[in-house]
Amino acid sequence: MNHDTAPLWGMMAEFDNVSDTLAAAEKTRDAGFKHWDTHTPFPVHGLCDAMGMRDTRLPWVVLTAGITGALFGLALQYFTNAVDYPFVISGKPLFSLPANIPVVFECTILFAALTAFKAMLVANRLPQHHRPLFKKERFRRATQDRFFIVIEAADPKFDADRTRAFLESLGGLSVEEVEDR
Amino acid sequence: MSTGLSENLSQDPRQRPTLVLGGKGFTEVTDTVCAVSERRKWPAIWYIAFACSLVLLGVLGACLTYLISTGIGVWGNNMPAAWGFPIVNFVFWVGIGHAGTLISAVLFLFRQKWRTSINRSAEAMTIFAVACAGIFPAVHVGRVWLAYWLFPIPNQMSMWPNFRSPLLWDVFAVSTYATVSSMFWYMGMIPDLATLRDRATGKAKQFFYGLFSLGWSGSNRHWLRFERAYLLLAALATPLVLSVHSIVSFDFAVSILPGWHTTIFPPYFVAGAIFSGFGMVMTILIPCRSAFGLQDLITTRHVENMAKVILVTGSMVGYSYTMEFFIAWYSGNLVEQFAFVNRSFGPYAWAYWTMFSCNAFIPQLFWFKKVRQTMLLAWIVSILVNVGMWFERFVIVVTSLTRDYLPSSWGMFRPTSIDFLTFLGSFGLFFTLFLLFVRFLPMVAMAEVRSVMPQAHGIVGEGHRPFGDYWPDSVHPERQRKPSPEEE
Repeated sequence: MNHDTAPLWGMMAEFDNVSDTLAAAEKTRDAGFKHWDTHTPFPVHGLCDAMGMRDTRLPWVVLTAGITGALFGLALQYFTNAVDYPFVISGKPLFSLPANIPVVFECTILFAALTAFKAMLVANRLPQHHRPLFKKERFRRATQDRFFIVIEAADPKFDADRTRAFLESLGGLSVEEVEDR
Repeated sequence: MSTGLSENLSQDPRQRPTLVLGGKGFTEVTDTVCAVSERRKWPAIWYIAFACSLVLLGVLGACLTYLISTGIGVWGNNMPAAWGFPIVNFVFWVGIGHAGTLISAVLFLFRQKWRTSINRSAEAMTIFAVACAGIFPAVHVGRVWLAYWLFPIPNQMSMWPNFRSPLLWDVFAVSTYATVSSMFWYMGMIPDLATLRDRATGKAKQFFYGLFSLGWSGSNRHWLRFERAYLLLAALATPLVLSVHSIVSFDFAVSILPGWHTTIFPPYFVAGAIFSGFGMVMTILIPCRSAFGLQDLITTRHVENMAKVILVTGSMVGYSYTMEFFIAWYSGNLVEQFAFVNRSFGPYAWAYWTMFSCNAFIPQLFWFKKVRQTMLLAWIVSILVNVGMWFERFVIVVTSLTRDYLPSSWGMFRPTSIDFLTFLGSFGLFFTLFLLFVRFLPMVAMAEVRSVMPQAHGIVGEGHRPFGDYWPDSVHPERQRKPSPEEE
């Protein structure tokens, strides 16, 4: 492994507590970086604001899926019991809405829940088993007890020396280059 | 008032109790939980338990093979009691599953932070219980190779299932429930699988944890969508769990059989399901916390909280038993009145009073702090709750079926040894799955536990949070964003 030949992918700064991470994220946001992220071992409340992130549109996708599920459940029961295979049982009408509600309800939940999971993965571009960050020994603690701010080299304001100086000024434990491998 | 580190049992409402004891920080919590699945040498008790579970699983396999190759006649099911053990066991296992969803979804919506230590294992319990439940109706159809008739699949007969029947609602409810709770469980586990991946030393562990953690990196942009999806799943799972046991109760309540045809069934079944599920959660977790050294995460207070839920739901169940009796009398319906007198004083009175004592009387012991906080006593009560709830389903199914309107069609239900062995075997499946779960998967939701620790809100050191806990998502005023030097 030759560290010098691998192109630079980004720069990461390590923190060991929430307050420092929040303060550092605010400074990074205010410094005008665009391609950067914070990696934390649990969802830190207040960090979205500190990073200046937009809210997610996930709920609207899930609502649409729920409505689709309800319509699917209704159409399924109408088609099978009233159109394709009309069969009178205990004198009940072929299509009786009250009796169809439980299945409509279950289809709503099923569609909405599957979509919530799937949409989360798609929007987050998961699964993504290869990341340059995973090659860093220190970064393994991002899922355990450490907090990382990562600025990508793809950011228009990225400059190896100045970004390093900026990250060092945030007062974390360490600053390391992340090679693109 | 200051409570020591080993003590979080204060009932002072002005101070929220610490949820993680032993002065643990993020590192220690991670180490404690990961130590369970990372240990090289497993205690003998695990191997003994696993061997016993495998034997029972074998019994289940043998019973089912015998049943399928011979026919339903190997069971005691016969007219008039055509439902018998399979439906009793089905309702028993589905009911147990409900506590997992209650803990993971309902308590999440109510912001009950203590749930984070127990939700993962409770959800696992849900999925394994639903797996056990699913077996019984599937084999109860008799010709299992035709079980796909339950689903609306286009077929050569040009026939469709009847959607006006509660039994078909049940198919949809239980299969949706199994799907959604498995997904909820897996999704919540992704960050913790990533933790295990990052700590793994062996190649196989790195590969499999890496595969299933989907490349999770703890990115805050991911956390935002993850948390939102988790909240939505909780909001969807909450009405789902209430609907599942309501629909299971419709299997009974929509019929016209005396003792079944009552409107109290849906709420009564749901309360009973949560009651039995918490019983099972306690039965499992009390030994687990000692065996795996998780006392600082699953604290005495957690056990006490579960005991209180059992007390409340047990009282609801007791109220339902009494109210059923009252309504039978108040309705003036002679057949209905007979059904209830028969339940409590007829040939199955022993089962009725076992049920009544275990479910309505014994949980009242949880009024005493001593019982709630003594692990052995709480554990014994939780087992009796499981016994009582199995008998509840037995009483409902058997007493109403064996003696309905016409005395000429009355009969008795006599289970066979295969009935008992199949039921026993289902515990083998349940415990085999659960023991594999504690062996290989993170049994405490580490990421969630970290997020309810004081340090997660920027508070360093010990002590109670005077303000933030009551508004869990708000940022403490002292920690609100300070303007950066450039802005000033």
